[in-house]
Amino acid sequence: MNIIRYIIQKEFKQIFRNKAMLPIIFVLPLIQLIILSNAATFEVKNIKFAFVDNDKTSLSRELVEKFEASTYFNVVSQFPSAKQAGMAMLEGDVDVILEIPSHFERQLLKNEKADLSVIINAIDGAAAGVENVYINQIVQQFNKKALVELSLFNRSGNQPMNIETIPSFWYNETLNYKTFMVPGILVLLVTMITLFLSGMNIVREKEIGTLEQINVTPIKKHQFIIGKLFPFLVLGMVLLTVGLIISKLLFHIPIVGSLGLMYLYTTIYILVILGMGLFISNFTDTQQQAMFIAWFFMVIFILMSGLFTPIESMPQWAQLLTEFNPIRYYVEVMRMVMLKGAGLSDIYPQVLKTLVFAIVMNALAVMSYKKVS
Amino acid sequence: MTEDNMIQVENLTKMFGDFTAVNNISFEVGKGEVFGFLGANGAGKTTAMKMLIGISEPTHGNATVAGYNVLTHAEHVKRNIGYMSQRFSLYNDLTIKENIVFFGGIYGLSSADIKEKSQAMINELGLHDMADSLVGSLPLGWKQKVAFSVAMLHNPKIIFLDEPTGGVDPITRRQFWEMIYMEANRGVTIFVTTHYMDEAEYCDRVSIMVAGKIEALDTPKNLKRQFQVDSMNQVFLKLARNIE
Repeated sequence: MNIIRYIIQKEFKQIFRNKAMLPIIFVLPLIQLIILSNAATFEVKNIKFAFVDNDKTSLSRELVEKFEASTYFNVVSQFPSAKQAGMAMLEGDVDVILEIPSHFERQLLKNEKADLSVIINAIDGAAAGVENVYINQIVQQFNKKALVELSLFNRSGNQPMNIETIPSFWYNETLNYKTFMVPGILVLLVTMITLFLSGMNIVREKEIGTLEQINVTPIKKHQFIIGKLFPFLVLGMVLLTVGLIISKLLFHIPIVGSLGLMYLYTTIYILVILGMGLFISNFTDTQQQAMFIAWFFMVIFILMSGLFTPIESMPQWAQLLTEFNPIRYYVEVMRMVMLKGAGLSDIYPQVLKTLVFAIVMNALAVMSYKKVS
Repeated sequence: MTEDNMIQVENLTKMFGDFTAVNNISFEVGKGEVFGFLGANGAGKTTAMKMLIGISEPTHGNATVAGYNVLTHAEHVKRNIGYMSQRFSLYNDLTIKENIVFFGGIYGLSSADIKEKSQAMINELGLHDMADSLVGSLPLGWKQKVAFSVAMLHNPKIIFLDEPTGGVDPITRRQFWEMIYMEANRGVTIFVTTHYMDEAEYCDRVSIMVAGKIEALDTPKNLKRQFQVDSMNQVFLKLARNIE
């Protein structure tokens, strides 16, 4: 036990002595948290909207006004023809073109079908989808109102039927993207820092030659590994704490669930990541190699974590792969506990799987660490 | 094996694929002896030494160090030896004192023991002003002296020194060898590799490795007589040239 204490003591001294690393460990992740949480949103705003009004009636102007009134659309210009509007989209000046056909008002008045043409720049497919939904909502509102007005005007007596859905969004009532993103981004920061630092740490000792000196001592493998990894566990916890405080104070993210549960799960989770870092450092000779391998896994884990794209919409084989992605479980747990107030019984499957990963990863790491070559 | 032999090597071989780095070497080193382990760069000295200190597994053969087999009881061997590698092996970002505490600690010394030893060491080396400065800021000669003392912290029976005086000025080399002799007089066995032939003259016995094999092993005096020359330098050159 004493031996482990000496290693831990030495690691902390080295961490706090490295004046260049300290800000990298603590300040950079928090800057990232602040920037990413504000920037990484799926909300589509400031859509550049252009229209071609071939009808030029009060009804067509009313439709355009609806778009002008919307906070999502900026009406940039009106074009005399669809062709010119198309040119503007090619230039990148326009995201959406609405073309109102001639006889638009007349057809509606006659209770006939009228077609609107909408062209959306779909280079960013996700944004195009969202824009389509916004446009449909506005057109439908307009449609409903127009129908009521027209039917009154026609005095036909038949009130049009309307079925309306009123969604209520649970756990994130205002559909605030920060509420959704901040717990996930916090997960990334804790993961990146602990993986990179632990992966780099032992390789660094290999590079400067001190690891050989350690291997000549009668120190036991587990003593060395526990002593090496423990400081990074503490560091990860400190990072989580600072991140949670910022989430609460700066972003007003609700923390509904138990903090104790979050820390318990994070402990198990960080053990997985540290085991991975150690495993990587056992199979590499330079910090550069370790960095590349760590990045490789990091990118796959992040993109397949369900943080940016929902896992449900991935192909079957990819969904299967995410079963082995620890970040996925951490994102799930953080969102469930923070936003939903999930208890241990709710996150039991995640806890169990992560625990298995932790045991397997660290067993592999200890086995692959060789004092004798 | 006689009782007094601290190192006993029999047919020790290390192969990396097809390349034989150490080819069937055998020798023994007695207690308190200063044993010079010479050879050109790439002759296999460091590889042989790594097998003796238990961080490299021999392909064939056997070695007993401090009474323990390096294959089966490597960790017992490690408890009884000190090692100072070719590459400087203290932590540059820790102070002298912190390095002492750390290495003392992982050898399992008590904190009272560590305190006493580090005090004694600082007195002996005259490092009072520098005890709290980072090792990285010390001149190389000082670093090597500190590294040697740190390797001796846990009172090993044998100390392995891999080119301990490389790049060090002649005065410091002299002082370094005085430290080596002091330990040898206390009964510590010294196993040292070097490229300086004047240092070879200080050794009780010397072995010369060429291309993985030990080509000569005797006292410097006998070796000079055998090759009919008057310095170890000439012995070395003659031997290395003949083989080529």
